[in-house]
Amino acid sequence: MMHFPILTSLIALPIAGALLLFLVPNDEHNDGTVRATALVVSLLVFAETLLLWYHFNASSAEFQFVERHDWIPAFGISYFIGVDGISLLLVVLTGFLTPIALLGSWESVHKRTKAFAMFVLLLEAAMIGVFVSLDLFLFYIFWDAMLIPMYFLIGIWGYDRRIYAAVKFLLYTMAGSVLMLLAILSLAYMHSVATGSYTFDLLKLYEMAIAPKTQVWLFLAFTLAFAIKVPLFPFHTWLPDAHVEAPTAGSVILAGVLLKMGTYGLVRFAFPLFPAAAQLFAPILATLAVVGIIYGALVAMVQPDMKKLVAYSSVSHLGFVVLGICAMNVQGVQGAVYQMLNHGISTGGLFLIVGMLSDRRHTRLISEYGGLKSVTPHLVAAFLIITLSSIGLPGLNGFVGEFLILLGAFRWNPKMAAFAATGVILSAAYMLWMFQRVNYGPVTNEKNARLVDLRTREWFVIVPIIAMAILMGVLPNLFLKPIEPSVKRMLSQVQQGTTPARIEALGPSPEPRVPSPEPRGAR
Amino acid sequence: MTSMASLNAIVPMACVAAAAIAAMIAEAFTNPGERMPIAPLGVIGLLGAGLAVGALWNHNAASFGVVAADNFGLFVTGILVVVGLLSIAISAPAIEREGLPRGEYYALMLFSIAGMILMATATDLLVIFLALEVLSIGVYVLTGIRRDSAVSTEAAFKYFLLGAFASAFFLYGIAFTYGVTGSTRLDRIGSAIAAQALSSSPMHWLALGLLLVGFAFKVSAVPFHMWTPDAYEGAPSAVTGFMSTGVKAAAFAAFVRVFLSAFEPMRASWGSVLWPIAAATMIVGTVVGVAQQNVKRMLAYSSIAHGGYLLLALVSGNDVAKSSILFYLLTYALTNLGAFGVIVLLEDRNRPNDRVSDYAGLWNDHPALAGLMTIFLLSLGGFPPLGGFIAKWYVFSAAIKAGYVWLAIIGVLTSVISVFFYLRIVVMMYMTPSGESMARFPPVPRIAAAALVVSALAIFYLGILPTRLIDLAAASISSIF
Repeated sequence: MMHFPILTSLIALPIAGALLLFLVPNDEHNDGTVRATALVVSLLVFAETLLLWYHFNASSAEFQFVERHDWIPAFGISYFIGVDGISLLLVVLTGFLTPIALLGSWESVHKRTKAFAMFVLLLEAAMIGVFVSLDLFLFYIFWDAMLIPMYFLIGIWGYDRRIYAAVKFLLYTMAGSVLMLLAILSLAYMHSVATGSYTFDLLKLYEMAIAPKTQVWLFLAFTLAFAIKVPLFPFHTWLPDAHVEAPTAGSVILAGVLLKMGTYGLVRFAFPLFPAAAQLFAPILATLAVVGIIYGALVAMVQPDMKKLVAYSSVSHLGFVVLGICAMNVQGVQGAVYQMLNHGISTGGLFLIVGMLSDRRHTRLISEYGGLKSVTPHLVAAFLIITLSSIGLPGLNGFVGEFLILLGAFRWNPKMAAFAATGVILSAAYMLWMFQRVNYGPVTNEKNARLVDLRTREWFVIVPIIAMAILMGVLPNLFLKPIEPSVKRMLSQVQQGTTPARIEALGPSPEPRVPSPEPRGAR
Repeated sequence: MTSMASLNAIVPMACVAAAAIAAMIAEAFTNPGERMPIAPLGVIGLLGAGLAVGALWNHNAASFGVVAADNFGLFVTGILVVVGLLSIAISAPAIEREGLPRGEYYALMLFSIAGMILMATATDLLVIFLALEVLSIGVYVLTGIRRDSAVSTEAAFKYFLLGAFASAFFLYGIAFTYGVTGSTRLDRIGSAIAAQALSSSPMHWLALGLLLVGFAFKVSAVPFHMWTPDAYEGAPSAVTGFMSTGVKAAAFAAFVRVFLSAFEPMRASWGSVLWPIAAATMIVGTVVGVAQQNVKRMLAYSSIAHGGYLLLALVSGNDVAKSSILFYLLTYALTNLGAFGVIVLLEDRNRPNDRVSDYAGLWNDHPALAGLMTIFLLSLGGFPPLGGFIAKWYVFSAAIKAGYVWLAIIGVLTSVISVFFYLRIVVMMYMTPSGESMARFPPVPRIAAAALVVSALAIFYLGILPTRLIDLAAASISSIF
């Protein structure tokens, strides 16, 4: 198995699928073929990600399935990919959500189906590429390349203000990431000054000692790119526009996977590469995250538009993730990674539900609905489960992540944790209030009286999401296990890079679901 | 044989010049109404030049002591051959449609290319001046070749007048240089300046400043860029594509040669003048580009901005910078000619279709052209995995290495702004339905379309597998600097 370049094939397969679709004649009659082909390709990718997980050695913190080929040797750039526990699950999440997103917009996309499917597949390839790249140059290429398909998805198949949203999305993200490009170049140059050769190899750059003052600038450049992507308050303003205007598939992928790239970037690049600066800025980032948690929740509460509400809830939920990362202890970071997956599942699910409702009624305003429970009981049941998962009800996925994060944050800074915890309460408030207004009470609007319940296709879309939410709620160890060694490795990098004497003794975890206590002084 | 071998260095230029002469003769012997295959003559000449580049590679041939076919010059010659071939391919439909004089058009274009090749390989200031005039005069006339069009004539006149000023400055600079160093040959100037470096007089500054003005005009650096938008808008689109890439490549080749070899000892002096120019060029090119409603004018400002990135590399002046300039010029030539090729193919006899709003709904009418245009625009904007990204990355690496971090920051931020206006066209093509004033786009000729597809593929190649070209570019600069 190790000889088969499975990661390359994960990137290549969606691209090949897109090229295959390119050959299909542009004709409305082919739409069925196009959709089926795209779905099959994305399902194959998902199957392959599962295979990857199956062969993954969960007890190792090392990068696995590593492939390395020289690419631009003159600058030490190589095609260097591999996964550890953190990226593994994000790759699986990408593989999981893409077919669901395709299936979820099966009927709502009628124009230019072929191009739509092609862009979704190219996006999938770029997202997987971002998660598996271990060469900073390669990472940046995927990071930037991903913008184009997303831009087209929002701009062509989105709602009314789609062009504004698409351009804003692209420019915001790009403005953040170009400075990261310069920081990457500086890193490579500093390596050449130190050792005589350029390199963009992440593992070699981890080893490089960087003066704390330089770290500050480079950390800021990286973190700006990631903070915009997350989005961290106050860089979040592109998100409601992009989410609301994007077609359902776009929102699902945007919320489910793209936002995770920001937090993934913090975990993989910004913190371990610049530990001293990370230590310095963690309180500031955490404060912004907590502000985002509360602000996002408060703004979500007053939204009349369901999609916008879910979008702001993302700002709030991603705040938890950043807080967990900033806590820089095992519970916090592990919870953050877990919460990335959760948010992908539950927010993806919410966007799918909102998409189903707006496909039926062509409106996303909460006030247009009411009393759906008696009309579409199955849909409402699914809606309820996903809502509860998003709120963090014990037994569903959201609880585990939030709990771990708050635990980690409490050990680091109890005040932060206390403020963040109000976000949990607020999220229950706005989500349940929305749920109640949409689904309970009498049917106030004539148009809602004859809505169709879940169709067969929609069952296939929503059941996997619900199954995953429950699975992640009851068997978190399945997911936490592969994450843990990688998280510990990342933390030891961060702590070794600062003051080795100050490494926290990470005692046995009070959370019973977290496996194996940290060996003391694992330096 | 030795006397024949001493002519080797001018073979590429001679091939193109011969083709130009053949084109003129062919035109003269054509009966009215008879069609002569003149374009193929140009193609043969350019291919000959391309073969000569391959044969001369690594040989460091020199002719008369003033023309050197070193790898640097040959690399640029190669770029110019590509520019020539693509320009001919996209010119054919325009000539057909506008009824332009075929023989004159191709002959002028080929003579300009010969001048450009000479400029890229010249190692004597006077020969550079000669080459500059040869290429400029051809381009002036090409700009105004639509004699019945007021816009075109105005553009040509402006271009000519300002160009003549710039040439005069340049010549004056040569005179001062000769006065200071006693030679017009670059190597001798270099050693003379190196010897006097510690005692640079106002005369040195004058020489340097005047030469700088001449070059800055040709590469349309701010504040000598005023002619660019008018000339680019007024010229036939195929000519605009040709001059925005060919003239830029040739001028930058000579610019690099003069400033990074002959005037290298004074780099600290001219660097401090040139970096504000580079910054201003990037900023003005992109910021003003945002406000443009005409696609050709927009691309004119974009071309100014790209000149700024090249200046950024020139200011950086290290080995990475020198090879990045070559790589950038090649990528830019393919990309910009591609974009202008699409513009040419969308033009109609009765309306130019060159407003941004004319592109509305192009995806529905001409999905292939819209797709190609998107590739070219995204590459201009510097998106991976296209050649434009690698080119920009290369230039910014040079700047970081040279410690010009602020210039690099200006560079990346302006490139974000430039994405904004490239995207306006993309928005029009894909996201805006074709309105009432729906432009009727003519059918697409096969050769031109094939040329565009080839350049798009080449852009992908440069973006995904740039190693070979990066190595070639690096090998090209090792021979002379």
